[in-house]
Amino acid sequence: MDKKLQPIVEKLEKTFGVTAAEYRGDVTLVIAREKIVAACEQVKGLGFEMMSAMSAVDYWPEENPRFHVLYLFTSTSKNLRLGFRVPVPGVNPTIPTVSHVYQNANWRERELWDMFGIKAEGHPDLRRILMPADWEGHPLRKDYPLGYEEPQFTFNFQEIDLRKPYAKE
Amino acid sequence: MVALGEDKPRPYEECMPDIFEISIDDLKHLVSERAVSGETMLLNMGPQHPSTHGVLRLLLELDGEIVVNCIPDIGFLHTGIEKNMEAKTYQKAEVMTDRLDYLNTVGNNLAYSMAVEKLVDLDVPARAQSLRVILCELQRIASHLIWLGTAALDVAAMSTFLYCFREREDILDILELVSGQRMMTTYIRPGGVWRDVPVEFEKAVRDFLKMMPKRVDQYEALLTRNPLFLDRTLGIGKISGADALNVGMTGPGLRASGVNWDLRKARPYAGYEQYEFEVPTRAEGDVYARYLVRVQEMRESLKIVEQALDKMPLGPVRSNNHKFIPPPRSEIGVSMEALIHHFKLWTEGFNAPKGFVYSAVESPRGELGVYLESDGGPKPYRVHWRTPSFDNLQAMPLMTKGVFVADLVAIIGSIDIVLGDVDR
Repeated sequence: MDKKLQPIVEKLEKTFGVTAAEYRGDVTLVIAREKIVAACEQVKGLGFEMMSAMSAVDYWPEENPRFHVLYLFTSTSKNLRLGFRVPVPGVNPTIPTVSHVYQNANWRERELWDMFGIKAEGHPDLRRILMPADWEGHPLRKDYPLGYEEPQFTFNFQEIDLRKPYAKE
Repeated sequence: MVALGEDKPRPYEECMPDIFEISIDDLKHLVSERAVSGETMLLNMGPQHPSTHGVLRLLLELDGEIVVNCIPDIGFLHTGIEKNMEAKTYQKAEVMTDRLDYLNTVGNNLAYSMAVEKLVDLDVPARAQSLRVILCELQRIASHLIWLGTAALDVAAMSTFLYCFREREDILDILELVSGQRMMTTYIRPGGVWRDVPVEFEKAVRDFLKMMPKRVDQYEALLTRNPLFLDRTLGIGKISGADALNVGMTGPGLRASGVNWDLRKARPYAGYEQYEFEVPTRAEGDVYARYLVRVQEMRESLKIVEQALDKMPLGPVRSNNHKFIPPPRSEIGVSMEALIHHFKLWTEGFNAPKGFVYSAVESPRGELGVYLESDGGPKPYRVHWRTPSFDNLQAMPLMTKGVFVADLVAIIGSIDIVLGDVDR
């Protein structure tokens, strides 16, 4: 672990009662979701000016926790990186919003809602962002099947056309 | 209207899909109260608008000519690449990376390859590293050329566009020379590059290096002191360094706001630490500063290419760890083990160890990161692309408060968004 990162991680470990894990040089802390706003405020105070990435992983059919929400912070002044993982259960998945701490969490949390159905509580503008507004389901969940389209040729056009959900009126 | 395979025309209404309508009530929280009462005007810009560089839609609240609120609406180019990659093996998923940011295809390959290498702990030979740097920097110049051409076109400088595309063509020819493809190269692969470059490569790059500095001077002669260009760009679309960091802006946009943050310098990868180059920064944070930073970056990229070409060692261009990297064709005919590896890798793929990594490169637009998680199988369990344009575009509402509608076009151009990169 980076020497400059060590005291920061130790401080966070003590405040939130967790232990950091390191894999191939990436340091990650697992934070409870009730504490994520406080943790974000604290890392911002510790010099991590930028939230580089935010996404989630779906561990379906696992239910508790089903999701891990990922946060990645970058400190441009100290040249450090730090990651958070927040376990979220599968039933009524929500996280508190951090869009008032890091502004780009706004779209990232909308993406989280759109793709995983994880609601950001207190978000100022929680609409779908990438999928159409009337879309049903959350595509990046593991129980959402990856669809495909059958290519139609002259000889089997009618046959496939009957099966296609959108080609029929 | 007659659909393919039908003989009778269908009535027009039947062919139209159901239209999903959004009323003003759904957007009330985004616009000011004056818009609801009808005092200010709501105007839709895009997605089919030539100045939005693709399919970006903006909902504008206008008070006369002044922009009160600008609400970007994205997702028109969403292709589900993250989901699709989960269904492919590590080697096959790479083909999709080209389609993300279609102006930085080599850089996308590099970001993905580096993530896979980090996950399975692979070493890359020195010659492959040099080739990666050369091609990525050439690609950066090509991407900046497109940006320069189109951004200048947005503020009505027509001729720059034609010159920029002329030079970009030379770079695409070099890419075609090494990979057989002009844009969707898939040339950089986990463990190295696809294969060694042909003998004509060095001459082609040297010719380009000789020609290009003069051409950059020409672009600058056309624009840098041009009073019309200055009028349209100077002091427009300002953003402070702190704001830019807060919205996660990276790349030239951030550096034009006075924050010296370049992953090639700060967290070197692919051997960037060996090369001498400057990271151009400006303090102003306006459209003109972003223009200056990018033009200067093109010159710096040329320096890097020249150094990398001079220092390029001989040797293999692919890791010889055949548990992960397919053996060369010549070995398959004579070695049973190579044949088995080849067969295993192209049917089943390799099993990556369980874990997750994040690896990022500096793309022409900023930090391009790949989050890769493996469950121990041959396919990535989750791939997340941290694309720079997605966050850069979020700075748009901040930059456009109180500007004229005409300046909006200059600001979109200066952010240098690629919608394939935003929507993934």
